[in-house]
Formats: sequence, C-alpha cells, structure tokens
Amino acid sequence: MSIINNINKVFDHRIRLGIMSILMVNEFADFNMLKELLGTTDGNLASHTKALEKAEYIKVEKQFIGRKPNTRYSTTKLGEMEFKKHIEALEKLINKQ
Amino acid sequence: MESKDYLKDLSEIKDLMNKSSRFISLSGLSGILAGTYALIGAAIAYWLVTNYSYGTLILDGKIFRLVMLDLCLVAFLSIITGIILTTRKAKKNNTKMWDATSKRLVINFLIPLVAGGLYILIILSNGKYGQTGGLMLIFYGLALVNASKYSIGDIRYLGYIEIILGLIATLFPGYGFWLWVLGFGVMHIVYGTWMHFKYDK
Repeated sequence: MSIINNINKVFDHRIRLGIMSILMVNEFADFNMLKELLGTTDGNLASHTKALEKAEYIKVEKQFIGRKPNTRYSTTKLGEMEFKKHIEALEKLINKQ
Repeated sequence: MESKDYLKDLSEIKDLMNKSSRFISLSGLSGILAGTYALIGAAIAYWLVTNYSYGTLILDGKIFRLVMLDLCLVAFLSIITGIILTTRKAKKNNTKMWDATSKRLVINFLIPLVAGGLYILIILSNGKYGQTGGLMLIFYGLALVNASKYSIGDIRYLGYIEIILGLIATLFPGYGFWLWVLGFGVMHIVYGTWMHFKYDK
C-alpha cells in the first residue's frame, strides 16, 4: 500500500506530468514553450497549470515583454520533491510487475 | 497492462526533459565539411608560407594578412554550412531552429570562444604569436565542453580532445600548425562521421 500512497493524484495526467518534466530541467518556461512541447490547446494547458499552481507545485509569474503579456512558470521546492517521489513510485511499480 | 502505461509515462518524461533542455539537431555532416574546410585552409596557408615567406611569418607582412583572411574564410564557411545543415535537420526533426534550447547552446558556446578570441587578438597585437594555434584549440575545446550540457553529450569528448591537443601545442609551439590541422581538420571529420552514423541515420 505504501507504494500506492506515493503515486501523486495531482500528477495523474499526461499533460501535468509533461509540464513538471519540462520545468524540472529548465529554470523556467513560458506558456508558448509549454504549449509547443506538449502539443496541447491553450485552454487545456491553462487548466492543468492552474491545478499545479493550486497545489503549489509550480510558480507563475506574469510580466510584460515589450507590450506583450508573458506568463512564465517554474517549479517550487515542494513541486520538485513531490515529482521525484512520484517518479520513484512509478519506477517501483514497474519493477514490481 | 498498467505497468506498460507507467513505462510510457517514464519514457515520455525523459523525452520531454531532453527535448526541452537540449538542442539535438546538430548536423554531423556539417562537422565533416568544417573539417574539410580547415584542411583546405591549412593547405593554402602552408603553401603561402613555404613559397612566399621562406617558412616564417612576419606579423605585419602581406602573407600574414593573407593567412588571417584564409583563417576567417574557413571560420565563416564552417559557420554558414553549420547553420544551413542544422536548419535542414531541425526541419526534418520537426523542431524549431531558433528556440530556447538553441539560444542557450549558442550563448554558452560563445562565452569561452569570444573571451579566447579576444585574448588571442590581444597577445597577437603584442607580437606573441607562437601559441596562437594552441590557444585556439584550448578555447574552442572549452567552448565545446561548456556547450555540451545543452546538446548531445558527445560534444564534450571532442572538447576534451581539442583541449589536450591545444595544451600539447602550447608546450611544443613548433608543432602548433600540425596540431591545429589535427584538431580542427582531422578531428572534425572523424567526429562528424561518427555523429552522422550515430544520429543522422
């Protein structure tokens, strides 16, 4: 049961896992970069970033580049920790079977 | 059944991490061509110096300027070829040529290279040109090692080899020219061929 406990419900979606993967290896990523890499729609991506933000796994910064609004994302310490735990749990599950 | 899904998750995670942080569309073919240009350029320089300058180089002479022009031409052609072939490969891979990963790659490559280039120009203007070949190899190698974090990891090994060749060249300035030929010519061709068969195929 302990293994199942480490599987994080918040990450239980392809797009969310994808967002976290990208942010783990990049200092930050903006909305368009995430959208391109994940091949998803604006609305879909926005809802998933919101969920991760609500869990305080990612930070959102809104700023202006010139006159264009730009939203960029980065992981929080908590998010990094939870992501690592989640990956370890996935690995253990795979090894067990 | 479920474990298959998790495996897919993990491989997707790995793929996204690589795709978002490393620029992987560097073309192996451009390495081969850059090496070829370097060999041709070196042959021209060798011919100029042995036939018109009695085997020595005077810093403000006409031959020296021609050799410098030759060198700049080699660098220019290599860069242009690199850009064209890499753009082509990026298109084939369905990735953008100029995105966050390639920008980061170029910036990290240029920092040691520009610093080294300026340093070489400064000591050249002070009349010390015995170590130019070695210094070029060392700084180019450092640039490669620095950039390797943002591209296919193998570039790092080419960087190590260039640094070692550069150090040998500064130790034995008399062989500077031949080590330069080995580092910029032969090594690029060997490395480009290896990359071409490993990644482009």
